[in-house]
Amino acid sequence: MATTGAEVPRVYGGAAGWISILIPVAIFAWLTQFLEPVAAGETVLLGVDWVPSMDIRLSLMIDGLSLTFALLISGIGALVTLYSTQYLGRHPEYPRFVLFLMLFMLGMLGLVLADNLIALFVFWEITTISSYLLIGFDSDSAKSRRSALQALLLTATGGLALLAGMIMLGAVAGSFELSVILGMGDEIRAHPLYLPILILFLAGAFTKSAQFPFHFWLPNAMAAPTPVSAYLHSATMVKAGVFLLARMNPALGGTEPWFWALVIAGGFTTVFASLLAVRQTDIKQVLAYTTLMALGALTLFIGAGTSDAIKAAMVFLVVHSLYKAALFLMIGLVDHETGTREVEELHGLARKMPVTFVAGALAAISMAGIPPLIGFIGKEFLYKAGLALDTAQLWVTGTIFAASVLMFVAAGISVARPFLGRLPDRLAGTHEGPAAMWIGPLTLGALGLVFGLSSDLAETWLVAPATWAVYGAETKVDLYLFREVNAAFLLSLATFAAGLVLYAAHRRLRAGMARAIEISPIRFDPAWDRLLDGLKALAAWQTGILQSGVLQRYMVTILATLAAAVAVTLWAQDALAPIEPGLAAQLAGLQLTHYAILGFICAGALLAAYTSSRMTAVAALGVVGVGVALIFIMFSAPDVAITQLLVETLTIVLVAVAMLKLPTLSLRTEARRPWHAALSVAVGGLVTLVLVGVLQGGLDRRLTDYFEAASWPEAYGRNIVNVILVDFRALDTFGEIAVVVIAALAAFALLRGTRTPRAGQEEGE
Amino acid sequence: MMNSVILNAATRLLVSLLVLFSIYMLLRGHNLPGGGFIGGLTGATGFVLYAIAHGTEATRAALRVEPQNIAMIGLGVALAAGVSAAIFGDAFFTGQWLFLGATEDDKGLPLSSVLVFDIGVYLVVFGSILTLVLALEEEV
Amino acid sequence: MELLVAVMVGVMVAASVHLMLARNVLRFIFGLILISNAANLTIFAAGRLTPERPPLIPEGADAPAAQVANALPQALVLTAIVIGFGLFAFALTLVYRTYQTLGTLNSDEMRLAEPRGEDGS
Repeated sequence: MATTGAEVPRVYGGAAGWISILIPVAIFAWLTQFLEPVAAGETVLLGVDWVPSMDIRLSLMIDGLSLTFALLISGIGALVTLYSTQYLGRHPEYPRFVLFLMLFMLGMLGLVLADNLIALFVFWEITTISSYLLIGFDSDSAKSRRSALQALLLTATGGLALLAGMIMLGAVAGSFELSVILGMGDEIRAHPLYLPILILFLAGAFTKSAQFPFHFWLPNAMAAPTPVSAYLHSATMVKAGVFLLARMNPALGGTEPWFWALVIAGGFTTVFASLLAVRQTDIKQVLAYTTLMALGALTLFIGAGTSDAIKAAMVFLVVHSLYKAALFLMIGLVDHETGTREVEELHGLARKMPVTFVAGALAAISMAGIPPLIGFIGKEFLYKAGLALDTAQLWVTGTIFAASVLMFVAAGISVARPFLGRLPDRLAGTHEGPAAMWIGPLTLGALGLVFGLSSDLAETWLVAPATWAVYGAETKVDLYLFREVNAAFLLSLATFAAGLVLYAAHRRLRAGMARAIEISPIRFDPAWDRLLDGLKALAAWQTGILQSGVLQRYMVTILATLAAAVAVTLWAQDALAPIEPGLAAQLAGLQLTHYAILGFICAGALLAAYTSSRMTAVAALGVVGVGVALIFIMFSAPDVAITQLLVETLTIVLVAVAMLKLPTLSLRTEARRPWHAALSVAVGGLVTLVLVGVLQGGLDRRLTDYFEAASWPEAYGRNIVNVILVDFRALDTFGEIAVVVIAALAAFALLRGTRTPRAGQEEGE
Repeated sequence: MMNSVILNAATRLLVSLLVLFSIYMLLRGHNLPGGGFIGGLTGATGFVLYAIAHGTEATRAALRVEPQNIAMIGLGVALAAGVSAAIFGDAFFTGQWLFLGATEDDKGLPLSSVLVFDIGVYLVVFGSILTLVLALEEEV
Repeated sequence: MELLVAVMVGVMVAASVHLMLARNVLRFIFGLILISNAANLTIFAAGRLTPERPPLIPEGADAPAAQVANALPQALVLTAIVIGFGLFAFALTLVYRTYQTLGTLNSDEMRLAEPRGEDGS
C-alpha cells in the first residue's frame, strides 16, 4: 500500500498531500447541495446500485443529523489534512498516513450516511481499524502500539456487541434499512427483545465514545500524531457512539432503561473526566479529558430526551467539534514550534505566535462558554434543558454546572497559561508556525465566533434539522445569544465566577487531584493489563490442552471424532438396514475377475500398511492404483481410467525421485499399537457401511439425464464427461486447474525458495 | 539422469510421439475419450521420460519456456476462454461456437471457446506437472 | 459389484488410516495416496457401476443409447484424480524440504515452531 504512495515526491507531502486535501473539499462541496432540502425538513434517500443483478444497493440517508455530521467530517477533514501536510509532510511514512486518514474519513462518512444497519456496521469497523492504524502510526514506540491495541480491542469488542444487537433489531423490525426501523419505534420498544437490543447497542456506543467505565482508552489514544487526535479522537470518531445513540433515539429511546443508562453513564463520565482534565500537565492530555467530558455531556442529554435536551445536545455537538479540533491543532502547532506541551514550560507565546494565539483564544473562549461565541449558546442551552427536566433535574444540572466550571479552568490552562505571561528565555527563538498549520485552527475558531454572532446560521442549516432527525419530529429550534436574565443566565454568571476562582488556584487543584488519584484504589490501566494477561494465560492453557503439537494425537482426535459422529448418526437414523436382496443378488452374477481385482486391491492396501520396506510400499500402492484403474475400465469410464493410469505413473516417478534423497531408514520405527489398528478398522468399516447405505437408496439421475440430453444438441460434444468438464461445469474446472497451478507453484517455491536459482533456470526463456 | 544409450536414443522418438499423441488426445477429447487433462498428463509424461534420459537442463532447453510459465499461460488461456462469453453477451463460461464452412448437412470445422478452454487445461496440467517433477529432480 | 467395491473401499480406508497414524511422515503420505484412491472409488461407485457402456454419444445420434454409465461422477473423479496428484506432490515436497531442514522424518521430532515443554505437553 505504502509503496504506491512512496513514489510521490516527499516535499510537504507532495501529491499525496494535495489528494488528501482535495478529497474532503470535494465531498464537502458535494454535500452542500443537500443543505437546502434538509433544512426544509426533508430526508434525502440516495441509492447507488452496487451489484444490481443481486439486488445489492448502497443506500444513503441524508437527514439533518447525518448531514451535520458529514459536513463536520469533511470540513474538519480538509483543515486537518491541510495541517498534516506541514505537520507530517516530511515524515517518511507520510503517504501511509494519508492512506489511513482517507480510509478513516470515508469510513466515517459511510457510517453517518448509511441507511442500512449492516453497512453502518461495516463502516463502524472501518473506523475502528483505521483508528487502530493511526494511533499506532508511530509503530516503533511500544507505548503507541499498546494504546492502539487497547483502543482496538475495546472498541471492536463493543462493535461485536453492536453487531449482535443490530441483527436482533433487524429480526424484530423485519428490515435492516434505518429509514424503516426509525419509523417503528413503538413496536420495537414493546418487543420482549428490546432490553437485550438496548444493552448491546449501548455496549457498542459506550466503548466507541469512551463512556465510563470504558473511558481509559481515549487518553491513551493521544499517542497518535496530533492531527489524528484532533480529527478522530475529538471531532469525529469518538462521536460515532454519540451519533449511534442519536440516530437510534427514535427507535430505542424514551424508555426508563434508556433514560437512566444514558443519564447515569453520561453524567458520571462528565464529572469524572472534567476532574481528571485539570489534573493533567500535558495540554494534549487536558484536551483529551475534556473531550471525554463533552462525550459524557452529549450522552447525558441524548438520554434525557426532551426536545430541549436534544436541541442542547446538537448545539453542543457542533460547538465542541469546532473548538476542540481547533485546540488540538493549536497545541500541535505549539508543540511543533517549541518541542513541548507541558503547561509549566510554556508562557508568553502570544507575542511570538500571534496568529496561533488568536486561533487558540477564540476556541478557548468558546470552550469556556464566554459570549459572544457559540460556546456560550451551547452552555446556556445545556443549562436551560437541564433545568426544565422533570426527572433527574438536579443531577443533570449539577453535573453540567460542575463540568462547565472545570471546562472554564481547562480552557484557561490550555490557552491562557501558554500564551500569556512572561516569555521564558528558552522560548525566545520561537517563530509563528507556517500558514498551513494555523489556517485550520483559525478557521474553526472564527466559525465559533460567526455562529455565535449570527446564531441563525447554525440554527437553520445545522442544529434545527439535526434536532428534528434525532427527536423524530419537528420542534421549534431557536438559538440566541441573550434575551433575558433567567436562571440559566444566572448559572452562567456563577460558572464564570467559580471558574475564575478555580483557575487562580488550579495548581493547588491539580496537586489535590493527584493526591486523590493516588489514594483511590481503582486503576483502570493496570486492571486492563491484568485482564489481558489473564486472557493470554487462558489462551496458553487451552492451547496446551488442544494443540499438543503431536501429529498422531491430532489424527487420532480427528478420526475418532469422525468415527463416533458417523456411528452415532447411523444408529440414530436407524440406517443400518439389512442388505437389500437386489444388492445381495448381484454377488451371484460376479465373475472371477471381479474377485481377483478385489483381492489385488485389498492385498495391495494391506501390504502398503504393514510392510517395513519403502520399495515394497511403493510397489503395493502401484498395485492398488492400477487395480482402481481396472475398475474404471471395466465400468465404462475410459477417461477416468486413462487419467488414473497416467497419474499413477507420475506418482511413482515422483516418489522414486524423492526416495533417492530421503534417508533409507526402515519404516519399522513404529510401536505397534492395538488402539491404532482398532481405530483403522472402525473407520474403514464405517465407510463401507455408509457406502452400502448410499447404494441401497435411490439414485437421483436428474443432472445426469440433463447432461446426456443436452450434450450433443446444445454443447456439440459426444464425450459427455468431457463436455461436463469443459462446458457445463467449466467454472468448477477452472477453479480446479487453478488449484493445480497453485500446488505446483507452492511446491516449486518450497524447493527453490531458500537457494539461488540453478544455471538451467535462466536457459530457455 | 541415466546413461543408457538405448534409452537416450529411444526417448527422442518416444517424446515426440507422446507429445503428438497428447495433442491428438486433446483435440479428439470432445467426442471421444481424451481431453485437456489426459492430453496434459500424456505430454508431461513424455517430458518426464526425457528428463530421466537426458537430465533436467536438457529438458528445460527442449521446452524453451519455463514450465511454471506454461502453467500460468494455460490458466490465462482458460480464463480468457471463459470471459470471452461475456463479450458475446452470455454468462461467463458459456461455450461460444463458430462453424467454419457450415452447410445444411455438414457442420463444417467447429471452432469454439470450449476448445480454447480445454487447451488451457492442457497447458495447466502439462506445465504444473513439469514444474513439480523438474524442480524435485534438480534437488539432487 | 457395488457391494464388493464397498468392502474394498473399507479395506483401503482402514489401511490408509493406519498409515496416517504413523510417526513417519513418509508413511503418512502413502496413506494420503491410498485414501484419495479410496475416495475416488467411493464417488464412482455411489453413481452406480455400469459395465461396458461408456458415456459417449454415437455418431449420428442426438442422445446416448439407453442406460450408459453415469457421466457425472466420472467428471468429478477425473478432476479429483488430478487435484489429488497436485496435493500429493505438494505434500511430498513439503516432507522432502522438512527432512532437509530438520533432518528427520519423525513427526514427533519436528518441533521447531513449538518446542517441547512450552505448551505443557
